[in-house]
Amino acid sequence: MSAATTNTATRRPFIKSRAMRRFLSNKMALVGLAMVLSLTVACFLGPHLLPYDELFIDLRARFAPPGTGAHIFGTDPLGRDIAARLFHAGQISMAVGFAVMLIATTIGSVVGVVSGYYGGVVSAVLMRIVDAFLSFPSVFLLLALAAFIQPGPVMIALIISATSWMEVARIVDSEVKSLRNQDFVQAAHMLGLSGRWIMFRELLPNAIGPIIVAATLTVARAILLEAYISFLGYGIQPPLPSWGNMLNGAQQYLASAPWLAIVPGVAITIAVTGFNLIGDGLRDALDSRSQGH
Amino acid sequence: MLRYILSRIGQSLLLLLIVSFIGFAVLTLAPGGPLSQFALSPGMTQEQIDKIATQMGLDRPVVVQYLDWFRHMLIGDWGTSYRDGQSVLHVIGSHLFATLLLMGTATVISVSLGSAIGIFSALRRGSVFDYTTMLAAMVALSIPTFWFGLIAIYIFSLNLGWLPAGNMYTVGDGSVLDYLRHLIMPAGVLALVDVAIWSRYMRSSTLNVINQDFVRTARAKGLTRRRVLFKHIVGNSLVPMITLAGLQLPMVLGGALVTETVFTWPGMGRLFLDSLGYSDYPVVMGLLMASAMLVLIGNLAADLAVALIDPRIRLD
Repeated sequence: MSAATTNTATRRPFIKSRAMRRFLSNKMALVGLAMVLSLTVACFLGPHLLPYDELFIDLRARFAPPGTGAHIFGTDPLGRDIAARLFHAGQISMAVGFAVMLIATTIGSVVGVVSGYYGGVVSAVLMRIVDAFLSFPSVFLLLALAAFIQPGPVMIALIISATSWMEVARIVDSEVKSLRNQDFVQAAHMLGLSGRWIMFRELLPNAIGPIIVAATLTVARAILLEAYISFLGYGIQPPLPSWGNMLNGAQQYLASAPWLAIVPGVAITIAVTGFNLIGDGLRDALDSRSQGH
Repeated sequence: MLRYILSRIGQSLLLLLIVSFIGFAVLTLAPGGPLSQFALSPGMTQEQIDKIATQMGLDRPVVVQYLDWFRHMLIGDWGTSYRDGQSVLHVIGSHLFATLLLMGTATVISVSLGSAIGIFSALRRGSVFDYTTMLAAMVALSIPTFWFGLIAIYIFSLNLGWLPAGNMYTVGDGSVLDYLRHLIMPAGVLALVDVAIWSRYMRSSTLNVINQDFVRTARAKGLTRRRVLFKHIVGNSLVPMITLAGLQLPMVLGGALVTETVFTWPGMGRLFLDSLGYSDYPVVMGLLMASAMLVLIGNLAADLAVALIDPRIRLD
């Protein structure tokens, strides 16, 4: 339709295939992908294979160590099966992670593209707000928010998003500012396209690489933050399990039942490492500037 | 230079204004609040609660409350704690040292260890050491700090019995050695994430420097490898790291909050959680401001330090 459309049409498959090849030849990224995939499969298939429900309480089987009968990861202080809770918690924690990715990336992209496109006062105001949000430790702000809301998975995803959109906004802002004066944008202006069209149909698609990278890293960050606030008791509330709240009471049983702490922590670490490795691999694959580092 | 410093201070003050606004909005507009505790107790009537609200000034419009709080904050009166009636500044001040001690020690550990690992990885790029440390750094970045703390307590306190599992000192002891024994584990745990970040950035910063002309010149004029490394490479790779140290401050502070909880360390993080539990808004608000100030001062100091060290950067 416009110069921009042909531009992307000729460029995209080329970049896509080369980036894809670069990503697939990155061993670390593949390890990350394998970690995330196997964990996802375990969390969604696992509950169907286990004989226990994640809420089934068996007071005779309290504190069973891993490997007792069919309790592969042992049981918790109420005799609930940890494996069943772990997999169910994984579904919730990862769903929160993906929800945050969608919400935070959307907010960040909109703020960033508006700031980058209009520049001037608009940009100055928006970026100062970004700076202000970044100068709180996000855990502080998150806890202050979490202490006063009804903490369900949806609310938790929303407040984590509220403290996770700034990075994307900054990245998109600087990306759009560097694209703004390029020929295809001038062409779009001359064709009389609206500002909204130029921002969301021309500029944003061309900044998609860094956005995808930031989005992947946001999933990792969100899973970690959920674990932090749920561990401190302000996140997702039992009996609904999350990886964070499974660790909530673990400290007091550290001497007698260490598996309560070890099992969920390993799951969090695998998930977060996986997403971080994928994000790193995507950055190397999509961003030619970061090659060689 | 002076003009730059003044304009940066001006910007920081503006940011603090926005921060105070966001913080106050979050705390006052959220449901619940300090009065919700009274509402739970069965003996309380609505009139009594209203009376308390009037006494505490909570029945006024939010904007009036904010302006009132802001005016007092400017002259150094950050309000009094709902919990024990002490002044907020005093409460925060009495917890500041513990947090700074923890953060300072962690920073020293992460900067020295992280830079060493990063430089070494860059010099041996593509080696087994490089791959192992970079993978380890990735895992370290992904471990929840509090969980690493739990595991450390399990190993070093419960199983080996080498280190105390919590608190800042033993009551009745309080010698330097005693402080150190309590400090090692939380500081090491807090440092872990930062060691990872530092080694990753230091590695790419060193890789950048290695390929610069002045390094080639230094080699060409016959300096020994060691001299080139320490005089030309290390120094120049460290410059961007100063900015990074400033930018990392919010993360270290956030990490300190969680670490302090696990190790019952009497710092600002513990205070923050306790105050949230008691709906002690003046203290929570004070802590949000104090942490933002700490971060802004750290960033400003980092930028100034870079400008002083690196003659290529002009501040105007």
